[in-house]
Amino acid sequence: MYHSNIAITLRKSILDPQGKAVEHAIHSLGLTSVHDVRIGKRIELSIDSSTKEEAEQITEQVCKKLLANPVMEDYSFIVEKIEQG
Amino acid sequence: MSKTKFGIVVFPGSNCDHDAYRAAKHIMGQEAHYIWHKDSSIGDADVIILPGGFSYGDYLRTGAIARFSPVMKEVVRFAKNGGTVIGICNGFQILLEAGMLPGVMLRNSSLKFVCKFIQLKVENAETRFTSECEVGDVLRIPVAHGDGNYFASREIIDSLQEHGQIVFRYCSRAGDIDDVSNPNGSLSNIAGIINKEGNVMGMMPHPERAVDLSLGSADGKKIFQSMIESLVLS
Repeated sequence: MYHSNIAITLRKSILDPQGKAVEHAIHSLGLTSVHDVRIGKRIELSIDSSTKEEAEQITEQVCKKLLANPVMEDYSFIVEKIEQG
Repeated sequence: MSKTKFGIVVFPGSNCDHDAYRAAKHIMGQEAHYIWHKDSSIGDADVIILPGGFSYGDYLRTGAIARFSPVMKEVVRFAKNGGTVIGICNGFQILLEAGMLPGVMLRNSSLKFVCKFIQLKVENAETRFTSECEVGDVLRIPVAHGDGNYFASREIIDSLQEHGQIVFRYCSRAGDIDDVSNPNGSLSNIAGIINKEGNVMGMMPHPERAVDLSLGSADGKKIFQSMIESLVLS
């Protein structure tokens, strides 16, 4: 079995008002060196698969078809094998 | 004259389905029936309404899960055959996620849910949704949404403009398209668009909530009346 850890963020070209609001809050903590705050989603899933390649392929498909909307979002993921038992 | 049959799709979380039903049946005097999202048929509907609400709790993205509902296959087929489909608010978001209209909805630029009357300028009156209006008419219709900030690439916006697919823009009472009158940050003040074929329209404002002067406005009736007239003529 494999485990996918997926990160979805708004594309760089799109203004992220939530990120902006959080950035302002961070600045009001006095931490003015912080910038480019972007807020996204993290999605985890497990896949019954015998190879890592297949698990990656399935993750890619799920991201493309459902989890991310390519007009506004980018995605990235890490697939790892889980030891069963 | 035979009555127009409005089919109103009900998703789990739809909450403007009853308003749409009442507007179609009791105000406009037409026929209306609900279509459960798990149905595999839309019956003999002449017009499909995808109503407002929070289908699937807005999980993942607004409209993202509803497009996988069994009935959507039939709605897509109906639209491909030229059938009239209107998506209102969450229904618009579903049309975008289903790829039946271009673009996406981002969170309102204010980050706040906006619920108020706004003004809409009719940009294209030669559609089956606006034939009872004139270009430049200002309609008073309420919005109620958290994700109504229309976004698409510059090429798509230019193409929408070029093909007359921008049907409504947010405007001032005087009809000026300005930032102050834009409730959500939508590009080019876009409030409603239509597909190239002219049979599928999405709009964020709620015409079904503006069909009686006792509700503050009856301007929404023009949109229902246009759809009814277009079917009589066809």
